[in-house]
Amino acid sequence: MNWKFPFATLFSLLLATMVQAAEIRLAVTTSFQNSGLSDVLLPQIKKDIGLDVQLIVVGTGQALKLGEAGDVDAILVHSRKAEEAFLKAGFGTHRREIMYNDFILIGPSSDPAQISEADTAVTALQKIAAAKAPFVSRGDDSGTHKKELSLWQAAGLDPATFGSWYRAAGAGMGATLNVASGMDAYVMADRASWLNFGNKGDLKLMFAGDPVLFNQYAFIPVNPQRHPHVKTALVAQLEDWLTGETAARLINGYKINGETLFTFNATKP
Amino acid sequence: MTHSILPLTLDGAIARVRGKTLVGPVDLQIGETGLTIVMGPNGSGKTTLLRLMHGLQRVSGGRVEWAVPDGMARGRQSYVFQSPIMMRRKVVDNIAYPLILHGVPRRQARSTAAEWAARFGLGDALDRPAPYLSGGEKQKLALARALIRQPEILFLDEPCANLDGRAIREIETILQQAQADGTRIVMATHDMGQARRLATDVVFMYGGKVHETAPAPDFFKQPTTAEARAFINGDIVE
Amino acid sequence: MNDIAQGTIDAFRLIFTLDPDLLEVVGLSLRVTVTAVLIASLIGLPLGAWLVINRFRFRRQTIAVLNALMGLPPVVVGLFVYMMLSRSGPFGVFGLLFTPTAMIIAQVIIITPLIASISHQTIRDLWAEYHDLLISLNTSRWQRITALLWDGRRALLTAMLAGFGRAIGEVGAIMIVGGNIDHSTRVLTTSIALETGKGNFAFAMGLGFVLITLAVTINLLMHSLSRTERASVW
Repeated sequence: MNWKFPFATLFSLLLATMVQAAEIRLAVTTSFQNSGLSDVLLPQIKKDIGLDVQLIVVGTGQALKLGEAGDVDAILVHSRKAEEAFLKAGFGTHRREIMYNDFILIGPSSDPAQISEADTAVTALQKIAAAKAPFVSRGDDSGTHKKELSLWQAAGLDPATFGSWYRAAGAGMGATLNVASGMDAYVMADRASWLNFGNKGDLKLMFAGDPVLFNQYAFIPVNPQRHPHVKTALVAQLEDWLTGETAARLINGYKINGETLFTFNATKP
Repeated sequence: MTHSILPLTLDGAIARVRGKTLVGPVDLQIGETGLTIVMGPNGSGKTTLLRLMHGLQRVSGGRVEWAVPDGMARGRQSYVFQSPIMMRRKVVDNIAYPLILHGVPRRQARSTAAEWAARFGLGDALDRPAPYLSGGEKQKLALARALIRQPEILFLDEPCANLDGRAIREIETILQQAQADGTRIVMATHDMGQARRLATDVVFMYGGKVHETAPAPDFFKQPTTAEARAFINGDIVE
Repeated sequence: MNDIAQGTIDAFRLIFTLDPDLLEVVGLSLRVTVTAVLIASLIGLPLGAWLVINRFRFRRQTIAVLNALMGLPPVVVGLFVYMMLSRSGPFGVFGLLFTPTAMIIAQVIIITPLIASISHQTIRDLWAEYHDLLISLNTSRWQRITALLWDGRRALLTAMLAGFGRAIGEVGAIMIVGGNIDHSTRVLTTSIALETGKGNFAFAMGLGFVLITLAVTINLLMHSLSRTERASVW
């Protein structure tokens, strides 16, 4: 082997990693990515405004952290309380609502806790707790996890006191669904992830439709006063596009197995 | 050439390993010319004495001194080991290696090495991997590699152990030629016949000490110590 | 069972149709890992040799630490590199987080101890063989290191391939520092994690077959290349 060869290769490889186009980084939640909607939106964004949107797919907790640290240019998440705290601390410029989908409760087809007969999400959870039926929680501080916790609270229950039937997976939506599928457990998921999920096993949709389960997505640009390197102009372009007519058409028209997943609800300023 | 590195003077030199004295104290001078044969029974310290002189063995006491500062003397001596150390390279690259270490350009070093290989009867083996040579070929390679830098002094530690008659003759011819070209030679051997054929003077080792030194004719005719006499007669000397 | 069969079919379909997304992902996997292996070798091989020929006070301890670092948990390395490269970390100004460069850095940290440790073991044996000769020839430290590395190159290739194997199959660290961004930092392992997350086991399995095939091919290729260079095996 010639010594010049590895050096030359090394150099060209390093150079190749440095070439960059017009692009911004957007931290999004796993549920958004798993829905498949991004595969529809991103190519259109590239076509309309020539922007490469790089998705960093993480839980809401980490997405907010990334925004705080300035490692992304904007975030698209769904956890209102956390978002407001984020804005209050000055990490973001403003919060713009884009669309919503809904959470659903999934369980084994035998429905041991009989939650399909419940009239509200809170009663459904109370039935699960009463039956001590296996339940898998995201347990990863994500928006979905926070939503689940708020529902337990509304039900007057504290997951910290639950027995071994309550399992915190500490993982993303997909991995959590895999765990639930493997254990024949109840689980709360966003509808999009569920419809796109390929390993359903014996799991079925058991409860949906309670307005408390609506899941609002909001877009928050990272504050350039804290992180001067963020691409504010490009972020503004993206925000315009996401709240515009093309986005409305694509979002409302996105279907899996004939079911609509998202409802566009951005308002013109 | 500048000032000769010889004579080499050992003054009360001791080689000690983990508290055990292997050789010494030794008082000895290696003069500027000749072919010194180091003899003695197994374990008498022949190898350690050679290593001590060459600097492979740390001097634990006394002095081992060249006529020039040690740093200057280091590069002007060579050593051939009892079992030749073959680098995992072609024959030509093995022989060229000392030149390359000295900053000779690779191409030139290899062509010089090819000449030396031919002179040592390895001309056909240039591109063969050195570790696959026969025992005699390996030792010839080791000699070529030791001599290519034209050292002032060459140490050899039983270079002909385990070789057949023909290889021994070839190697002795090489050594006599080197001696005629002015290389000082110090060689340990077991082979009485070889000692008689080559030696100008003899160092007889016994129990880690220099037991007797003498010009070769005197030593073989009239050894002064009983042990040397017994050794020459082929008796078992412990 | 069905997923495994379907995975095999998917793998063949992806490979034989030269799926452009697959090629991109494979290309990045190779680019990142090969670069990391080369850098780690430039550090690890001389380091291994250096540890062999030098006697210093804490040599044993250093080698023990090096061996322990072979088992460095990738997730921890990932987290560490992440915090270093984050905009609010010490090297944030370079904007390297979520780039292939960040992935290379993480992999270099993971595999350098591995390469150094294996090369140390290999070179130790060679040094035992060469010791007297190289001392006798009055070589400098650097000359000793280069002679040992050069003559041990076939065995050292194994060290590099071990590094390659660990790096190409690594997911924890590069997921964290690369972000698994489509068309930017998505590699085979993170794709597999993603597809598994979506419950697409067959497709994930297919990618897994591609990954294994790739690793085996590279190994065979390197071994045959090093053998054609010279017919003998040392």
